[in-house]
Amino acid sequence: MEISLHVNGKTYRLNVDPRKRLIDVLRDDLNLTGTKEGCGEGECGACTVILDGQAVNSCLVLACQARDKEILTVEGLARNGELDSLQKSFIEHGAVQCGFCTPGMLMSAKALLIKNPHPTEQEIKEAVAGNLCRCTGYNKIIAAIKKVAEDS
Amino acid sequence: MSAMFKLVGKPAPRHDAWAKAKGDQLYSDDFTMPGMLYGKALRSKYPAAIIKSIDTSKAKALPGVHAVLTAKDVPMNVEISKFGQMKDVGGGFEGLYKVLADGKVRFKGEAIALVAAETEELAEEACRLIEVDYEVQPGVFDPEEALKPGAYIVSSDEGENESNLIMESHINKGDVEKAFAEADVIVENEYRVPPVDHAYLETEGGVAWVDDNGVITMRVGTQVLEHYRTIAKVMGLPQNKVRNMSVPMGGGFGGKEDITVETFLCLLANATKRPVKMVWSREESLEVHSKRHPEILRYKTAATKDGKITAQKVEIIMDGGGYKLLTGWVQMYSTVNAPGCYNIPNVKVDSYSALTNNTPSSANRGFGCCQANFASELQMDELAAKLGMSPLEIRLKNCLRNGDEICTGFIPQGHIALEEIAKKAWEGLEATGPKPDYVDGKKIGRGLAIGMMSYGRLTFMHDSSRVGLRIELDGSVTLRAGVPDLGGGQASVLCQIVAEELGIPMEKVHPYIMDTHLTPLCGTTTATRQLYMSGNAALVTVKVLKERIIKKAAEMLDAKPEEVQLINEKACLINNPLKSVPFVQVVGALSNDGVELFHEGQFNAPFTDVPNLHDMKGRIWPDFTYSAHAVEVAVDEETGKFEVRKVVLCYDVGKAINKNSCEGQLEGGCVYNQGYVTENMGWENGITKARSFAEYLIPTAVDAPEIETIMVESGGGLGPYGAKGVGEPADNSIAPAIVNAIYDAVGVRLKEMPVTPEKLLKAIQEKNK
Ligand code: FES
Ligand code: FES
Repeated sequence: MEISLHVNGKTYRLNVDPRKRLIDVLRDDLNLTGTKEGCGEGECGACTVILDGQAVNSCLVLACQARDKEILTVEGLARNGELDSLQKSFIEHGAVQCGFCTPGMLMSAKALLIKNPHPTEQEIKEAVAGNLCRCTGYNKIIAAIKKVAEDS
Repeated sequence: MSAMFKLVGKPAPRHDAWAKAKGDQLYSDDFTMPGMLYGKALRSKYPAAIIKSIDTSKAKALPGVHAVLTAKDVPMNVEISKFGQMKDVGGGFEGLYKVLADGKVRFKGEAIALVAAETEELAEEACRLIEVDYEVQPGVFDPEEALKPGAYIVSSDEGENESNLIMESHINKGDVEKAFAEADVIVENEYRVPPVDHAYLETEGGVAWVDDNGVITMRVGTQVLEHYRTIAKVMGLPQNKVRNMSVPMGGGFGGKEDITVETFLCLLANATKRPVKMVWSREESLEVHSKRHPEILRYKTAATKDGKITAQKVEIIMDGGGYKLLTGWVQMYSTVNAPGCYNIPNVKVDSYSALTNNTPSSANRGFGCCQANFASELQMDELAAKLGMSPLEIRLKNCLRNGDEICTGFIPQGHIALEEIAKKAWEGLEATGPKPDYVDGKKIGRGLAIGMMSYGRLTFMHDSSRVGLRIELDGSVTLRAGVPDLGGGQASVLCQIVAEELGIPMEKVHPYIMDTHLTPLCGTTTATRQLYMSGNAALVTVKVLKERIIKKAAEMLDAKPEEVQLINEKACLINNPLKSVPFVQVVGALSNDGVELFHEGQFNAPFTDVPNLHDMKGRIWPDFTYSAHAVEVAVDEETGKFEVRKVVLCYDVGKAINKNSCEGQLEGGCVYNQGYVTENMGWENGITKARSFAEYLIPTAVDAPEIETIMVESGGGLGPYGAKGVGEPADNSIAPAIVNAIYDAVGVRLKEMPVTPEKLLKAIQEKNK
């Protein structure tokens, strides 16, 4: 079917199989491979994107369900070549190890800060509780998000 | 000395952090090629069965299917693998690697056939059309049962089909029986530890194709680039006709140490002459890739009434699962670490490993060490409780100190900081305030555990690493290293070392890594060896170039080489920094002179002979990293649930070359093995019950404790600048510290992991009866 997707400020007209998941359209059709697949079942958060301001697992959303909505992926976080403050903070805090969880983690954090610019530590933890990370032990990730919230 | 470092010791962001934070980093699944097919494996339905026949005709007839392969299509389906190492060590250390099942199926999910098709769906359908005639066998799922005479034999392959015993290994020091006869106290226990999945966020996957020179080429993230040799052998090709242009992994933790998709992809690409992609599903990954060895550990400890341990006797039974893989190596770690990090005059360890019809066991961060550490650290706490000593006291009384020998009689060369770090961790936790009895209705407890784990490979493997450097004419540097990067900053730290030595910023060193055709081979990213081995190789290499540069600069500055240093992209006089010449000018002058601006250097670890496994003696590893974890938990006595509230961990890291990376390893390892206490594969008669992240629960951001990391930098390691490796030691003593803290809270000590709420509640209720 023909749909329009608004991704990172650009509009795409696409012909997609109605059963195709959003993650596959992003990765395969739009070559936005920053969104990762860790489980395909909504359990790991590696595929998190922001859909109309809401963090969602793009492996659980069909592409056609996202039609005409605003989609933000990790590739859309930087503005005019300037990294988002979350990206900078992750780099500075050493919150990125293998980096496979990082895009999803950033998108969950971004969605939180859009809604709640000054979250408590507990709110931060809960916002990224659906984003598994096997490398970092989370402490540096929480600290990186907290710093951005404090500085804003 | 440390004041002189410009880069070493700083929390430098890694070279790849930007790409990863932008989503630009490409991983194994991010490559697509024109004409690419999708590969799938048909996997065994049963853990134990005999394959009577396989009919692939229907699958082959399906339009869009380009290849269906079974064992008979693999040029050398069974090979005795060295698992990527360079030295012939023989015996239990080399294992049978079988590409596709034939004869007996040895575990559920073992690959039987491979398919390549136009789409993933077609490949799946083709797998469903393959007809396998199985004769189901009883199988054996308990390693002790497997070792009994008359047990079901797991393997049908020559050399393995007489018994399920993989290996036995023994340590005998002093006279344990005499010590038991004279002991004031004896503590005797049996411990059981479960399998663990690595649960990296990125499952196994990659692409392969045949290039225009006929080289089978792949892009597969692996911890062991050197597997290309095994793959070549299996395919009947010369080693220079197989290439892995590997990619960074989305986590490894030992799970990408054995061959995963590589051989499957190469076979399919070769058969179809088309690029092929294969990515395992999470379910596949949980079910089929190797796990941490489940072990049964039986301890008997003797001590005097003032708390000096006089004997430790340990029996270990390891479950190797369906294939031997790295069991022999892992067994070395369990065996030698069994007595714990203590100075004990009389030690006897008897360990046995067995094939069973469970998922194979192999490398998992901690590699046999954390199993033994769990048991020995619970044993210590029980001994302390029996003697009325504190957990810290008993450890200080017995822990290894400089000059002490370990149970094989070897005296570690590196600094032993156990006493200092045990104190610092415990005191760090106490400094957070007096322990409350209850918080939010939950009982609070505190626990301690310490440990040691080697960095660098078993010395009888004769390990080596190489790094190549080329100085460009603009003064930037290209570093070439076959260093698999699994997220620990393995490549970045090499750049940091080179930049430090040449006095240039880290951004000026560009790493080209992980390409078997183009990069000097660094050896495996396993055994906590990359910083130690490749860090030293980088240092050896850069020093050769540095010498050339300094010599030329001295000429240009009219000085002696020993008067010149490289700093801030200049060569200058140590005593008069104003007298200087830009680094790039020296490079230009060397180029004009025709002096080589490149070098490839090698570092060798200490070499030993294979030990006598019936009486292991001497050096087994280069050195050790020592750990201490002090933990506070809160236990809900009504439900048996517990949470880890705080951790203070202390390590002697020797030298933290990159502070962020080093801390990141320690924190990551801590939470990784916090999971050891609760994660549950749910194995039952060879069937894995936990087949998704909804069932296999790893710690989340909400579960992770607040961690205080204390790094001691003794400079007493064998790595560059006195560094020690931390990757695996990072997860060593956290699990027993948690279980000891639970005991402190509610007075019950669970000797079997996983510690589930049901088990804990039952134990609490029994105690309160
Ligand atoms: S891939 Fe979507 S939640 Fe795991
Ligand atoms: S950085 Fe590897 S999973 Fe988070």
